[in-house]
Amino acid sequence: MGRSTAVLQRMREWSLSLAGPEARERLLRLQARAPRNEYGVDPYGFDLEYAIAAVAPFLWLYRNWFRVQVHGIENVPRSGRALLVGNHSGQLPFDAAMIGAAMLVELDPPRPARALVEKWVPSLPFVSSFFARLGQVVGTPENCRRLLAAGELLLVFPEGVRGLNKPFRERYRLQEFGLGFLRLALECDAPVVPVGVVGAEEQSPNLMNLAFLAKLLSMPAIPLTPTVLPIPLPTRYHLWFGEPMRLKGAPDDDDVVLEEKVGRVKAAVQALLDRGLAERRSIFG
Amino acid sequence: MAPDRTTEPPAPPGMPAAVCITGISGNLGKALARLLHGEARIVGIDRRPFPEAPKDVEHHALDIRKNKVEEVFRHARPEALIHLGIMHDPRMPRSEAHSFNVLGTTKVLELCARHGVRKVVVLSSANAYGPRPDNSNFLPEETPLLATARHGDVADLVELDIYAQSFVWRRPEIETVILRPVHIVGPTVRNAPSNYLRLDRPPTVMGFDPMVQLIHEEDVCRALAFALRPGARGVYNVVGPGEVPLSAALRELGRRPVPVPGPLLRALLRRAFGSRLTSFPPEELDHIQYLCAVDGTRFRELGWSPSHSLRQTIRSVLAPA
Repeated sequence: MGRSTAVLQRMREWSLSLAGPEARERLLRLQARAPRNEYGVDPYGFDLEYAIAAVAPFLWLYRNWFRVQVHGIENVPRSGRALLVGNHSGQLPFDAAMIGAAMLVELDPPRPARALVEKWVPSLPFVSSFFARLGQVVGTPENCRRLLAAGELLLVFPEGVRGLNKPFRERYRLQEFGLGFLRLALECDAPVVPVGVVGAEEQSPNLMNLAFLAKLLSMPAIPLTPTVLPIPLPTRYHLWFGEPMRLKGAPDDDDVVLEEKVGRVKAAVQALLDRGLAERRSIFG
Repeated sequence: MAPDRTTEPPAPPGMPAAVCITGISGNLGKALARLLHGEARIVGIDRRPFPEAPKDVEHHALDIRKNKVEEVFRHARPEALIHLGIMHDPRMPRSEAHSFNVLGTTKVLELCARHGVRKVVVLSSANAYGPRPDNSNFLPEETPLLATARHGDVADLVELDIYAQSFVWRRPEIETVILRPVHIVGPTVRNAPSNYLRLDRPPTVMGFDPMVQLIHEEDVCRALAFALRPGARGVYNVVGPGEVPLSAALRELGRRPVPVPGPLLRALLRRAFGSRLTSFPPEELDHIQYLCAVDGTRFRELGWSPSHSLRQTIRSVLAPA
């Protein structure tokens, strides 16, 4: 017990030093006014103090492994409800972690991005409680609605595992977008900020999906990658944030109408990807 | 919307003058009788005796399924019913428990309709939703009661809740309220969650630490009494002072949890329950593994709020009964 708090304290210091002097001050200010009860959590189980400690390894990856560069960060609203909608890739969701890290260290004030996770995540031991303390919630419409109403910043990947686990030959080609996020954006009148992640596609090229094994373990996919172990290659990440899109319309419109709007969001993400790829000089540099 | 608390009279106008309480001899029923007996004439029905009943409480040691219960309604003329007649005894034979819970409820609700009762408050439970990995963090009242696929006790609860819901619509002249409180804890409570929190070395499911909601038994009593006031009608979740990670609640109580891998713990518990070494039904494990937290906004908007803090509520299991 005492030892684990000491470890957390050390991790926190590590995080804050990785964040840099300015982001450090901002994070400490954020922590001072975070909504939390006497047990240190918000009603969802999000524990910012714990999260700052737990994010240390990801911040290390952010700074030293993926050497993340952000473009257009000013497009992320500094307050109020918003949906970050990005492309999902790289077999393991480091893209989500890097976007989350960027929201903590690049924004002033920092905004914890609450990712909506797959419904099977809460059935995984350790992952379930870890994600909850980090502010992640199951992606039910009910949760999404509630968080947006509370003015939170949500991170969604409408491609889901279709994007995450797609084969390498389809890199930077967006998979089918679900409609759910759009319906909620319309219902809650929340701006959609398109996000293009360049660099994650090459971190773990999916050479082959062990579909039979995945099915056996009831996981979405088990990709075979060059590193085999879930260690990504040190590609450089570029996070591109597009201008917020204010979509209007009825959330219960016909799917055809919604699909047209989803198409606009998808095109905005694709445009960010195209631009990012055109401006990228090398995968690792 | 929130009513002005300072001008709240002790017994608001329109409060029923006579209240029938079924299941009055249980710990919750006794506490409720003590809370209400000054404000209304209390008529208790329970097959168990109620020896320490306040003087002005009229107690009938009757099984609610018996025809004699109608006699009580005819003579005592209750204006309201608070139905606590749900039994949670995992050791009772299934058929008997089912008959008592479901048949008893339908009978007593029909009596209300026949004898001009104008208010019915049914105590259900947030357990009726059932803990599930894909549950939203705060389930609203419209959530389907998916706990039905599980063990007998909870299946009865769901059946009773759904029956009471149909009663809301079938009898528009009666104001029926269904309360679904979260895990009830307190010094006199002996249900699975309270007993679990009393374990010195409680087993936990390794790698899981769901947010839990607890409510003090006194707050449940106050919620039941609150539901008697005119205007309240329909289904309400009743949430206590908030949410807490299970691990934090155990730490608050100074427990030393023993994490056991889920499948192993489930198998062990099934064995132990089968050979009567424990009274925890194996299905209860889901409550320490997955979320079953609810949204209590609607009941709060009526003007009710819990009086015990989160810390007091957790620590209430430590107090001597």
